[in-house]
This record gives sequence, C-alpha cells and structure tokens, in this order.
Amino acid sequence: MKQKLVIIGNGMAPGRMLENLLEASPDAYEVTIFNAEPRVNYDRIMLSPVLSGEKSFEEIVIHGDGWYIQHGITLYKGCKIKSINRDAKTVTSDTGIVAGYDKLVIATGSVPFIIPVPGHDMAGVLTYRDLDDVNAMMIAAKSRGNAVVIGGGLLGLEAAAGLAEQGMKVTIIHIMPTLMERQLDPAAGHLLKKAVEERGITVLNGANTKAILGARRVEGVELADGTIVPADIVIMAVGIRPNAALGKEAGLQTNRGIVIDDQMRTSDPDIFALGECGEHRGMVYGLVAPLYEMAGILAKTLTGEAAAYAGSVTATKLKVTGINLFSAGDFAEGEDREEIVLRDASSGVYKRLVLKGNKIVGAVLYGETSDGAWFFDMLKKGADISDMRDTLIFGQSYQGGSPLDPMAAVAALPDDAEICGCNGICKGKITGAITSKGLTSLDDVRAHTKASASCGSCTGLVEQLLGITLGDAYNPAAVQPMCGCTHFGHDDVRRLIVAQEIKTIPDVMQQLEWKTSCGCAKCRPALNYYLVSNWPGEYVDDGQSRFINERVHANIQKDGTYSVVPRMWGGMTSSSELRAIADLVDKFAIPAVKCTGGQRIDLLGVKKEDLPAVWADLNNAGMVSGAAYAKGLRTVKTCVGTDWCRFGTQDSTGLGIRIEKFMWGSWTPAKVKMAVSGCPRNCSEATCKDVGIICVDSGFDIHFGGAAGLDIKGTEVLCHVDTEDEALEVIVALTQLYREQGRYLERIYKWMKRVGIPSIQANVVADREKRAKLFERFVFSQKFAQVDPWAERVSGVDKHEFKPMAELSFAEAAE
Amino acid sequence: MNAHMSWTVIGSITDIPRRGARCVNTPMGKIAVFRTADDQVFAMDDQCPHKKGPLSQGIVHGTSVTCPLHNWVISLETGEAQGQDVGKTRTIPLKLDGEVILLGLSALVEDAA
Repeated sequence: MKQKLVIIGNGMAPGRMLENLLEASPDAYEVTIFNAEPRVNYDRIMLSPVLSGEKSFEEIVIHGDGWYIQHGITLYKGCKIKSINRDAKTVTSDTGIVAGYDKLVIATGSVPFIIPVPGHDMAGVLTYRDLDDVNAMMIAAKSRGNAVVIGGGLLGLEAAAGLAEQGMKVTIIHIMPTLMERQLDPAAGHLLKKAVEERGITVLNGANTKAILGARRVEGVELADGTIVPADIVIMAVGIRPNAALGKEAGLQTNRGIVIDDQMRTSDPDIFALGECGEHRGMVYGLVAPLYEMAGILAKTLTGEAAAYAGSVTATKLKVTGINLFSAGDFAEGEDREEIVLRDASSGVYKRLVLKGNKIVGAVLYGETSDGAWFFDMLKKGADISDMRDTLIFGQSYQGGSPLDPMAAVAALPDDAEICGCNGICKGKITGAITSKGLTSLDDVRAHTKASASCGSCTGLVEQLLGITLGDAYNPAAVQPMCGCTHFGHDDVRRLIVAQEIKTIPDVMQQLEWKTSCGCAKCRPALNYYLVSNWPGEYVDDGQSRFINERVHANIQKDGTYSVVPRMWGGMTSSSELRAIADLVDKFAIPAVKCTGGQRIDLLGVKKEDLPAVWADLNNAGMVSGAAYAKGLRTVKTCVGTDWCRFGTQDSTGLGIRIEKFMWGSWTPAKVKMAVSGCPRNCSEATCKDVGIICVDSGFDIHFGGAAGLDIKGTEVLCHVDTEDEALEVIVALTQLYREQGRYLERIYKWMKRVGIPSIQANVVADREKRAKLFERFVFSQKFAQVDPWAERVSGVDKHEFKPMAELSFAEAAE
Repeated sequence: MNAHMSWTVIGSITDIPRRGARCVNTPMGKIAVFRTADDQVFAMDDQCPHKKGPLSQGIVHGTSVTCPLHNWVISLETGEAQGQDVGKTRTIPLKLDGEVILLGLSALVEDAA
C-alpha cells in the first residue's frame, strides 16, 4: 500500500522535492499538500520582475493546476495547518480538514521581520514576500504617490526598483552606511547606490526608523534624527526569519528554525523540515540554491536512498534590470587575507577577490559579472590559484596566454562547474542532456534539466553550451517546427501558403518539402484549417484531415459512442424544442441528458449509426448543430438582460443571439466561447471567456483573452463601444484577426499573449479601415461556412461514415 | 498463419475513403479496415491497445493511424504502438482481388471457439 505523505507549504522547495520524488519513485506516496496561499506553486524569486511589470504571474507559475491533477496530488489551496498531532499522526487545518500521515514534511518557509516601531501595524505597511504583497504594491503604485522601503538589502532594492518602474517616488531607508552590506563591500555598495539613485530613487544610509506616522493609514515615516519622509505605502524589507512556530508547538526541537539533521529529519523521525523553516548545523538559508539542494536530499531520503546534506556556500545576484551584481563567499578583511581589486570607473566595473592561502574565499563583481560562475566554482572547490594569480582578476578568458573568445571560456569550464545557481545544474548535466536526449533549443534544455528555467540569468551560458555541443546545428533563432514532418513552424507555413498561393494539402507538402508522404495527425488538421481560413470558397475541406469530432459533427466519448448538442441561440429554448428533445431521447434510448456549462443540452451515449436519424429529428424541430465539437464558434452564453432583470442595462440576450446567428459555422484555430452579461454583476461569467461583453449604461465593454480550463485567467479589456452594431463589428473583426494570425490549437488568450494586446487593439479598435476590412473578410468566408452540417448529412453526405462496410454472421465468418 | 485459411469478401476498396477507414461488424467484434493514400489496405481489431479507443475513427497517415481518444499512433502493418507507447492490436489477414477486399476470418473464429 502507498504511504501517506503530507506536505505543509507549497513553495519552491517542496515543489522541487516533489519533482525529484516523482521522477525517482512515482508510486511510492499518496501526496497531500496544504498551502496557506490560495494558489499553485510559483517562482518566488521572480516576484521582482512581476512587480516591475516585466513578467506576468502566469509566466512565473512552476506547476499549474494540471500538474497536480496529472500526478494525482491533492492540493488544498488557502488552507493553513494550525496543529500537528504527533501521537495520532494527523494534521488539522484552520478549515477543519484532518489528514493522516505516514511521513510529514514541514515547509512553511519564513516570515518577514517587522520592526516593532509605533505604527508598524497601520494600513499601508506592507512586506515583500508573496504575490499578495506584490498585488498590493501594484495597486498602491497606480496612485503614483510616495513609497518608502525600509531595508537596503537584496529584497528592499528589488522592491524599490519595481515600485520606481511602476511610477512611484521611492525612498530607501537603510540603517547601515552602505547598501547590501552583507553581500557587498563598501566600494561596491557605493557604486550600487549611484546606480540606484540614477533611477530616481532616494537612498538614505545610516537612517534609523523611529515611527510610522499617519491617522488611519500611512502618511509618512519619522527617522531618529527627526526627518519626516512622506509615504503612501511603506515596505518593510529588513529581513526574514524561519517560520518555525508550527514545529515548536508540536514539540519538535527548534532554535531559530526547526532543527534538522543531514537527512532533513527533525527530532521526530517521521517528520521532516525543508527549506527556509529548517535550521541545519546552526545555519538557516534564504536563497533558492541551497533550498533546492535540500529538496534533492529529502527526495532521496523519502525513497530510502542514502544522501546527506553538508551545507551550502551561496552566491547572490541582484535581479534589477540594468544592474549587474554578483557576490559570493566571505569578504571581510583579516590579517590572513589578501585581496585583488580591479576598478574601471569609466565603464563602471568593480571586481574584488578575497584570497586566503592562495584560495578564493570571497568574490564581489559589479558591472561585469560574466566570470561569476568561474570564480564561484573555484571558491567552492578551494582551487589553488597561485599559478594564475597575476591575471586571475581579468577572468577566465585571460588564463593560458592570449585572450580567448567567450565560447572558449565556457568550453574550458569543467563538467562539474555550476551553470544554473537557482537549480544547482552543472555543465556536464546540461551537455549530457543535449547529447543523449537530442535537445536543440533553450526551451528543450529548460524542460529537461531546469537550467535557466528560474531567474534566467544563466541563459547566456546555456545558449553558449548549446552552441558548443551542437556546433553549427544550433540555431538560436530556430522556431519550433509544426511537427516531425517539417522543419517549418506554424507561422512560416501560414506565410508561405499565402505568399506562394498554395491551395491544397498535397501542394503544401510538395512545395514546402514535407519529410513524410502524407503528414501526420498533428500537421494535417493544422494545414486543413490554414487552407480553409485563407482560401474561403476555393479550398475544399478535407474530412480525412479533421479530427473525428469535426468529421462526424459530434463528440466522441470514451466508449466510442457520441454526444450530440443542438444549438440553442444565446442559451434560449422553448417548449417545442424541449418536447422534441424529450421524444428523441426516448426514441433512440439515449442514456444520458445533461446541461452544459455553455447553456446547452448535451445528449450523451448516441450510437454512431443513429447520428443521422437523431439529427433529422432535431432538424425537423428547427434545431441545427451546436458545434460543440468544433474548433470554431461554440456558444454565446447570456443573462436575461433588460428582458427580465431589474439590473439589466442592455438587451444582453438579444445581443448574444445576434452574435451567435452572425458567427455560427465559422472555423477558428481553436474553440471560441463567448458570453454577454447585461450588467457588471456579470451573471453570464463573461470575464473568463475568449470574448466577453459586459453591458453598461453607456454601452458595451468588450473583453477578450480569458480562460477557465487548465489555465485560469481573467479577460483583458479590448475597448468600450457605444452601440450594439459597433460591438458586433469589433467582435467579428477581433475573431477574424485571430483566424488569420492564430496558430492551430492556440486559444485566444495564448495568441493575445504572443502578439500583444496593443497590436490587436491597433487592428480592431484604433484603425477603422482595418477593422472594416477584417469584418468584410469574415462575412465573405461565412458565405461558405454557414451550412448546417447535420442537415447535409441527413440528406446523404458522407453516408459511408455512419454505416458499417459489412455485417458478417458467424456462418459467413467461419466459411 | 493458419494453414487452411478461408477468405470472406467484405466489399470493394472504393467503399473506403483514401486516408480513411470503414468497419466490419462480426460476432467476434468490430474490425476496422483502413485504406492509405496509396491504396494499401489493412485490417485489424477496432480497438486501441491503450483504452480500447475505436481506431477506425482516427486520422490515417502513412501506414499508421492515430487513435482518436489519446493520440496513440498504431502501425497498420503490424498493429504495434509507435514511439514510446507499448501495446499491440491484433491484425487480420487481408488480401485484394482486383478491387475486392477479402478478410481471412477463419483464424478469428478459431480464436473465439
């Protein structure tokens, strides 16, 4: 039987531990995770780029909901564990969930340290720890007011840079004489201060916070010398401490953190602590690389493999775009220590190595950090540098005589040199994976090794390794081919179809030199769609290149039967339609009838040979195909709007029906679901659809790019229009642009992310002429698309599809 | 293969669309008959070795078919799953007499008996 593994906390350390565990022994444990944060596992070290607006939350998710489902992991989001019962071996959450465990992992991370000055608990005082903090800062930043960041360490500087980027006027209050004094020497601290000030940030060194001022919320910060700094928000970024409370209450041995041995085991042999909440040999860690090392050790321990953690030497990089800074080891001055310093003021470079007995013990690099990995590697190994001492500071390229090119420098690194500090991936592992698994792109390397998949600062090194390993075969700009049948990507194929006026699938394969005789199940449906959408009226749809659902206009089920969904315009139906449906359910003994999420009725379990007869009955009652199987317009969900609702501002039902009648039958790269809500209460849930309309008194807000499947994403606002006619024109133009630009199977939200919202707005909102042209092209293609496929098949089209070729009896078979 | 193979006529090659399939119902279950782009014809049980998906409903490419349920690719020549997947669908002896398709069903009957 599987053992029960319960994990408290869902940060980066337990996430990595699970990846290792699942890889080594996927079936050993039944895993349950309790996460106090209401979300999946994301890359916490990338919060700063989210704050500065360089990345979105979606881009920093490590494990989406799908990952947990795929691995059969139960994840409780927003569930905080309040107690551990070690006798009964259970944990209890604040929501009352009790879970039993065989092995328990505490990974509660750390909590930000709050200086207990007067006013520290006032509204507007924030910490910088999780996405909620970032969201609160981003909302505050919209007012473009004053921000004070208390703390001039790594986190404080990243927060300050992010807030400045968002348009706030930022002051950093730092108690020490120089910035990042734990990682930088005073000289580098000074250079850093200059660079920070160039971004319009005020830095007050040696400043001691006395009180946070304000009546109901923050108005300013008072310093010990009496200075008052105005502030609309205050970010406390003075440090973190291990969140060991739960372990302490459970009676586990704790000091600063929960005390753990070399196998991550606490004083209770069935309980482990992992990450920032643990204390190992008197050390607590707050950087990702050691946490990932611990995660690897724990995964091995849990699968019964011998492994021991010996502590880590850490290196730091500041993630502020435009400031290059690297520091590692110990660089305090001392009797037995020597140093080598290189300064180049004009190019803003400062490098300092601290040596002890001909070994590097500390390194600070500012302005030019490409040799960081090399110095750090020698530092960790305790390499003797006496032979190259004269040229050491110039970096690796200057060793062994004449200067080498950067590629050669990377080539010269030993196999065990660490390339990706976040994930602890060494050179040999990357080059090994490139060779053994046939990797050809940066994305491949990220997927297989995780190198460069976290903060990304080693991307350049990884690309150089690809170049060295693959030689000329590596093309950094290479696009992902559509499939194994071609080296062209989706965009190239589409462009060439238009440019060379290619109008059939065999011609595409001939002219673009397909590697297979007739393609595969990936490229043929894509080519068929591109030809349908580019050459309406000319191209003849190739049924054999359509997925079965689109070929037979019904949805295949796990047992080989089909489901049938008739169209109900805008979700409206009538007694006669319902009566006809009831009658045919009886007539064909259809086993299940269900309401769908798109306000339709689904008839499940129809035998394939019955489909034409079922459709005939539906056609006779005035119903056509609901296209519930199509990469095309599916449903327009509506609320009852001004027809019935006391809050309705517009005729949302009428508009939904109008859109659906205008757009049904159109093929799109992937399915398109729409909704119209009659007021901002949004009862038709328009803000998670591909296209959604929210009616307001003054007209219509048009939204797009939402998702509510494996990915969950709210829509973005496209524009506001005053009239129903204009709303229809914009939606149609938007859909046509998507039909022309979207890659096959790429949903609207992914297309939007790829091409960018501004380019879409430019085409369908700002430029009236382009919008009108898009609208015309859609209308033209509808001339050929708006044919009810059910009626066609009822009248005999494709009848071979629905009949067996032969019926053999036993006698015939035994003949 | 069976020494005293007998053959049953099930129809003409023109009954099946190129890069497509039709089914033959027998007391021993459904048989899928495939026709490739270059008019080769193959027969096998209409069941994917993975989750019994109806292979006759899949997309035919080269001499393979992709199962409609979970995209396993099955060789029409051997019935073996391709790529990383492991499994095999039973193939049925088939021969062409001009355009007429004949299946060797006696082996099947003996299996069932």
